[in-house]
Amino acid sequence: MEEQRFRGLPVGFDSSSFLDCLRASGRFSSSPPPPGPSLAGALPHATTILALRYDRGVVMAGDRQASEGYQVASRAISKVLPVDRYSCVAIAGAAGPALEMARLFRVEIEHYEKLEGVMLTTAGKANKLGLMVREALPMAMQGLVVVPLFAGYDPDAGRGRIYKYDPAGGRYEEEAYHANGSGGLFARNALKMLYREGMDRDEAVKAALRALYEAADEDLGTGGPDFVREIYPTVFTMEADGVLERTQGDVAAYYRTFVEGLRKKE
Amino acid sequence: MAAMPFYVSPEQLMQDKAEYARKGIARGRSAVVLRVNEGILFAADNPSASLHKISEVYDRIAFAGVGKYSEFENLRKAGIRHADLKGYTYSREDVTVRSLANAYSQLLGTAFSQEVKPLEVEIVLAELGSNGRPDEIYRISYDGSIFDEPLLAAVGGKAEPLSALLKEKVSDSPPLARAVRLLREAFGELSGTPMPLSQMEVGLLDRSLSGRVFRRIDSSGLARLLEDGS
Repeated sequence: MEEQRFRGLPVGFDSSSFLDCLRASGRFSSSPPPPGPSLAGALPHATTILALRYDRGVVMAGDRQASEGYQVASRAISKVLPVDRYSCVAIAGAAGPALEMARLFRVEIEHYEKLEGVMLTTAGKANKLGLMVREALPMAMQGLVVVPLFAGYDPDAGRGRIYKYDPAGGRYEEEAYHANGSGGLFARNALKMLYREGMDRDEAVKAALRALYEAADEDLGTGGPDFVREIYPTVFTMEADGVLERTQGDVAAYYRTFVEGLRKKE
Repeated sequence: MAAMPFYVSPEQLMQDKAEYARKGIARGRSAVVLRVNEGILFAADNPSASLHKISEVYDRIAFAGVGKYSEFENLRKAGIRHADLKGYTYSREDVTVRSLANAYSQLLGTAFSQEVKPLEVEIVLAELGSNGRPDEIYRISYDGSIFDEPLLAAVGGKAEPLSALLKEKVSDSPPLARAVRLLREAFGELSGTPMPLSQMEVGLLDRSLSGRVFRRIDSSGLARLLEDGS
């Protein structure tokens, strides 16, 4: 960015991007990490996240575990983070860089909205996140892969939207559902069975929670509902009224009934 | 400055600059920031629906600017950048209105003493209190002087009579609906014609919200508010 100054404060006239502002301030290092052995096994990784559309919006959920190889690094991290009034981002992959990317993305979106006085379009937000993933490619080459999932209610189109990414920054819109992370494959399989077009919000939330349960059942890295410590997956719904988080009490009640149902079958 | 051909006394120079800035600011329309029960109310007499005078700055901080649009718009953007940078580098709770108001004061003060043309702006910054901290309202003048206002701040246009008029009518923070009605009457009284709702730009730092608490109230929202409150 061409750096301009307005009476002492750094001002980039031609940009509403926080990243540009951060770079101009000199507080952001975008140089790639030095070459060396992959750090992938030695750092916490965030595991399963998913999103699926319903009639009036989109639901996004994630388990709470971060894994370090075969060990649990954290039992209670939040992988689904609200970005603004209408959207959330969920992260999988190297937990540290991924959470940092989500935090920066949130500031970026908010910064634009405040400077311009209008929100970015949903596609605009999704593209911005794609650029940020692509910029993290050098880190991905060293094993610190970050793969976010972006979901939001699109007020212009009046419906929910889901975008998935590849580590090189490729951005793909999903029409129905998507799941990512170490248990992503199992969650996707579950969603394939559970999803139908035009389901309502409660059905979609239940499908999301069920899919996370199935993923935790099959994948070591994914944490299931933890009745002992009372840690349950995070679930957000996004629709015209905005982003809403399901309370842990709600989620716990769902899993209690669900597990009870499993027992009866035996 | 070095190229000036003849001597002008510093007093004269400052006086001239202050007069120039004051005239520029008085030509525009007013904005008022007022503590109400529901939060902190920002209102501006603004015929444009898209060129804003009030704006969100951070989670619990908002801005009002009057005078020359290009100048206070630049100040507004600089403030948002400052706040976002600080919140990103440290934590969201570390962004305070006091530090922001000080930064603005420095900026305006330096511009006033060093530049040939002073900035023709006056701005108000306010932060909604939380965790036992009180609400804070700061008014910052074209020369960088900063005032801590306990209840309300009026800037731009006929700021002094407006401020006097309002202080006469409110002694403690009023309910939102009453405050909006009062401001509308006061704007109308000073301009001599009734104020259409569409010409009022209104925002509220809303005590009932959490996270980003600033919200705009459009003219239909204002109409509803005035109906319910009567």
